[in-house]
Amino acid sequence: MNILVCVKRVPLTGGRMTLTEDGRAIQTRHLGFTVSPHEECAAEEAIRLVEEHGGSTTVLTLGPAEAEEQLRDMLAIGADRAIHLVSDGEEWDPQATAAAIVEAVRALPEPFDLLLFGNESADGGNYQVPIRVAHSLGLPCVTGIKALSAQDGLLRCEQEVAGGRDVYELRLPAVVTVREGINLPRYPSVPGRMRAKRKPVAASTPQRPAARLRMERLVVPEGPGKQAEILGHGPEAAPRVVEILAEIGVI
Amino acid sequence: MNIVWVDGAGDELSQQAVAFARGLGGDVAAVRFAAGEAYSPAAWAQTLVELAAERGASAVLAPATDRGNELLAHVAAKLGQPVAANCTSLTPGSPARVVRLRWGGSLLEEAALDGSPLLATVAPHSVAAEPFGEPETLAVTPAASELDLAVRVSGRIEAAGAGVSLADAEVVVSGGRGVGSAEGFGVIEELAGLLGGAVGCSRAVTSAGWRPHSDQVGQTGTKVSPEIYIACGISGATQHMAGCKGAKRLLAINPDGEASIFASADYAVIGDLHEVVPAISAEIRKVRGT
Ligand SMILES: Cc1cc2nc3c(=O)[nH]c(=O)nc-3n(C[C@H](O)[C@H](O)[C@H](O)COP(=O)(O)OP(=O)(O)OC[C@H]3O[C@@H](n4cnc5c(N)ncnc54)[C@H](O)[C@@H]3O)c2cc1C
Ligand SMILES: Cc1cc2nc3c(=O)[nH]c(=O)nc-3n(C[C@H](O)[C@H](O)[C@H](O)COP(=O)(O)OP(=O)(O)OC[C@H]3O[C@@H](n4cnc5c(N)ncnc54)[C@H](O)[C@@H]3O)c2cc1C
Repeated sequence: MNILVCVKRVPLTGGRMTLTEDGRAIQTRHLGFTVSPHEECAAEEAIRLVEEHGGSTTVLTLGPAEAEEQLRDMLAIGADRAIHLVSDGEEWDPQATAAAIVEAVRALPEPFDLLLFGNESADGGNYQVPIRVAHSLGLPCVTGIKALSAQDGLLRCEQEVAGGRDVYELRLPAVVTVREGINLPRYPSVPGRMRAKRKPVAASTPQRPAARLRMERLVVPEGPGKQAEILGHGPEAAPRVVEILAEIGVI
Repeated sequence: MNIVWVDGAGDELSQQAVAFARGLGGDVAAVRFAAGEAYSPAAWAQTLVELAAERGASAVLAPATDRGNELLAHVAAKLGQPVAANCTSLTPGSPARVVRLRWGGSLLEEAALDGSPLLATVAPHSVAAEPFGEPETLAVTPAASELDLAVRVSGRIEAAGAGVSLADAEVVVSGGRGVGSAEGFGVIEELAGLLGGAVGCSRAVTSAGWRPHSDQVGQTGTKVSPEIYIACGISGATQHMAGCKGAKRLLAINPDGEASIFASADYAVIGDLHEVVPAISAEIRKVRGT
């Protein structure tokens, strides 16, 4: 089974988000970077499917030159090769992102059996790149999947809904978006990291079309502006905590 | 006229989406699919595309639920139009302007949105819910293609239904990396049990394998809205807070007085959870005389 996994580099923000002066990006000077947990799980799922059925895993990102770091992370846990669509550092809207991914997929000699995505990206949360890719490639798409199995070209997928899970069965090739919890991703080993350095990363520079959903400015929402009441230090605080719980009516 | 796909007349998020659509001016048609129609996102979207053309809709909206976001993304892909997900406001015009949530609500984005009809999903609690009458019932269009119908719910697994569900719990006692181990959650479980609440945790905990992902609160976990959220050994990363900011009150227990969780807390106990949490449980027993 040949699988494509799409991931996106995002900053690892801590307890507070700070914006750049022009308000068009998160201030990342002191931050590390990662990919969404959903996407880590997509990569893990691909690697497990390939371990079970054979084939190979290709990981793709559209992002700045520095996003090679995230591709190497995915190669370190077991992806076989990577495609880096090097962006200009400007904002790509979801339609443009999907179009660039579609073009890259079409340019490859062999089609993929399965294209795995995160359910929504960590930063944009646009919930649409995978659906647009599926539509352009003429493939079926299921989203938000929490359990996946493949047999004889048939996929069985479970999606969490209120009160249980809905089940979908569809034929490969297909596009599937997964959610964190579908598996527990492995950590890269030291030999894995060494091997990742030698794995191939094919880079190209797609042209950015005009955006039709244009980010103008980011705003950090006003915090709750709370001033926490200190109930005490250590176990001596317990009686006061219980008073509060009783006031709220949960005891 | 504006079309809103809804989950049902009684559904709160649907009522908010309809109120949001009314705010745009003009008539609003709330539509849903007949109860017998198995969910098939691309086929349902094809039906909405045809309805929008027939009625000359100027906007097609849905609540920003899993299904609402999925349906509108399909509509957008079919029309080759942009869609803005998770909007808190939409001002028609050329271009239209939206404010939408990013990072699970930790950031707002002001953006310009092209396209006709305007396509957007409505973030929860952007506007107050307004009741509306029975929605129009749709049947899937005969023009839905084989590819559209290839994805269709074909079965259902009912939840085991043991205990209080995290999403609906009145009290959530949540543990983070500060709990230290899977066994360390004993004290968290004990307090949650005494309060008839549910156990939650941070991603640091699920990544370490101490708790299942179904306990994770946050941007990529469950969103909770209890009367009180008791955060024990959790630092307060924005992605965690994205899951618990719906809580009415927050009590944080942490030895680090500088931890960012205190900036969102109503009540603070500065201390080691392994001393504080058992003391709270003991006090509850004492008060109850058990
Ligand atoms: C201030 C700011 C600056 C930005 N700068 C850049 C930039 O320099 N370069 C850039 O490319 N984007 C940049 N973006 C993000 C870009 O706008 C998004 O990639 C695009 O809007 C797609 O939306 P999404 O990621 O929310 O998609 P969603 O539809 O929510 O994503 C779903 C899934 O699609 C896949 N996916 C999404 N985006 C990518 C990607 N880029 N590569 C591979 N797979 C992907 C992932 O599997 C993801 O889980 C920036 C955003 C902001 C706010
Ligand atoms: C895209 C994305 C999505 C994410 N989604 C989620 C999500 O859904 N949910 C989530 O939780 N995280 C999520 N994260 C991870 C998040 O950024 C943080 O890494 C995580 O929440 C940290 O967990 P923590 O607070 O338990 O650990 P830490 O940040 O390590 O904090 C541990 C805290 O415990 C305190 N402590 C230590 N010992 C004790 C003790 N004995 N008693 C009391 N306190 C003690 C410390 O002072 C510290 O404040 C996401 C990250 C990304 C990038």
